[in-house]
Amino acid sequence: MRRIGMTVNGSPRTADVEPRELLVYVLREHLGLTGTNVGCDTSSCGACTVLLNGESVKSCTVLGVQADGQEITTIEGLARNGELHPVQQAFHEHHGLQCGYCTPGFVLAAVSLLNENPSPSEAEIREGLEGNLCRCTGYHNIVKAVQAAASS
Amino acid sequence: MIPSQFDYELAGTADEAVGLLSQHDDAKLLAGGHSLLPLMRLRFASPALLVDIGRLSELSYIKEADGSIAIGALTRHHDLAGSDVLRERCAVIAETAEGIGDPQVRHRGTIGGSVTHSDPASDLPTVLLALEAEMVARGPSGERAIAAADFFTGFLESALRDNEILTEIRVPAIGSAGAYVKFNRRAQDWATVGVAAVRLNGATNVALTNMGATPLRAAGVEEALAAGADTAAASAQAANGTSPPSDTNGSAEYRAHLASILTKRALEALDG
Ligand SMILES: Cc1cc2nc3c(=O)[nH]c(=O)nc-3n(C[C@H](O)[C@H](O)[C@H](O)COP(=O)(O)OP(=O)(O)OC[C@H]3O[C@@H](n4cnc5c(N)ncnc54)[C@H](O)[C@@H]3O)c2cc1C
Ligand code: FES
Ligand code: FES
Repeated sequence: MRRIGMTVNGSPRTADVEPRELLVYVLREHLGLTGTNVGCDTSSCGACTVLLNGESVKSCTVLGVQADGQEITTIEGLARNGELHPVQQAFHEHHGLQCGYCTPGFVLAAVSLLNENPSPSEAEIREGLEGNLCRCTGYHNIVKAVQAAASS
Repeated sequence: MIPSQFDYELAGTADEAVGLLSQHDDAKLLAGGHSLLPLMRLRFASPALLVDIGRLSELSYIKEADGSIAIGALTRHHDLAGSDVLRERCAVIAETAEGIGDPQVRHRGTIGGSVTHSDPASDLPTVLLALEAEMVARGPSGERAIAAADFFTGFLESALRDNEILTEIRVPAIGSAGAYVKFNRRAQDWATVGVAAVRLNGATNVALTNMGATPLRAAGVEEALAAGADTAAASAQAANGTSPPSDTNGSAEYRAHLASILTKRALEALDG
């Protein structure tokens, strides 16, 4: 066991973890942040996407110990003072979700994409979300939502 | 899926990492973790100790010196893709890095990890082979340079010794005289086949992804071009002397066909 400390959604958090524990389980099971989902456990689906120092990563493919001392943002950390983040708001307005399982990952992947490229083309949005799978929507409204968030 | 138990050490310097590797029989370096952790989750790998070199920021750089570009082994695919130096002086590396996996993978995966992992389906090793890159390894008794042609020794095997860390990769500054094309059936998939073509010292070098146990030079194509064959005739030689795998993405015959088509596209991109 070793103690790790991270800034999670702006607050300092610590956890005693085994080195083999993946970040997604540290977030879900040690810190109770169950908004981050596990879809595949094989680095394919992106449901577990969080921001590590502001950049999207698949938290099933990062060890908790690798995140020691770093800044993590999960879906729980996006809203401010009860107001949804513009990307969350756009997913809501443009119906960018059905079952919602993939949504936290898509929203964080989109936040990272827009940080790097504030006005992406449709093709750039589709490529930028390549690491995330959705079994419900057919992606169309997700792309629309990200376009709307970019122009808002 | 959770990896089996292991000990973990965070290396503060490259020499400290070498020291830890020398003291432990069953230790592995951890860079971005995007090849190693998937293997460990499946328990195809279960090292007793992971030495984390992911924080060695002094090994993350892209520098130009004397007509060549030096790339630190810990430089991430994301940083390669966004590098102005590479876009100008060796664009094929930046362009190839931009096509690896997806943004999340590129935010973590490093060039050193990709090279050392020596997966014949990986993209950068093929490009580095075509570029006649040099790999710099540091061990207990100092540094040595390994030519790309000698580096990829087998399936998931490289010429690095167990107690060595790859510190740098040196490539020639060829500007835009390089192209890499790959084919896959779904977004995010690894290359079914990939082809790198570069102009170097008056010759055309061609290398292949996923056409054997290691990245391979397409000797038949290179010889045909040197003898004056046109692009179509030379490309037809792409699969000569290769032993491509058969899997769910394609049979060996299909891959041989694809190698010729993609070689032609890569050579045309070089001329275009
Ligand atoms: C979903 C997904 C899709 C991907 N798609 C592609 C793709 O399309 N094309 C492609 O080419 N790759 C792809 N990859 C692989 C990706 O590029 C990896 O990041 C890369 O292969 C390994 O780099 P890493 O830094 O993550 O290495 P790690 O996983 O940390 O290490 C890999 C191996 O190299 C060793 N190692 C690492 N760094 C060093 C060093 N400096 N010195 C000595 N040994 C070292 C480790 O001990 C380990 O054995 C994909 C990966 C995933 C998860
Ligand atoms: S759970 Fe991490 S990528 Fe699917
Ligand atoms: S909304 Fe159901 S998986 Fe995307």
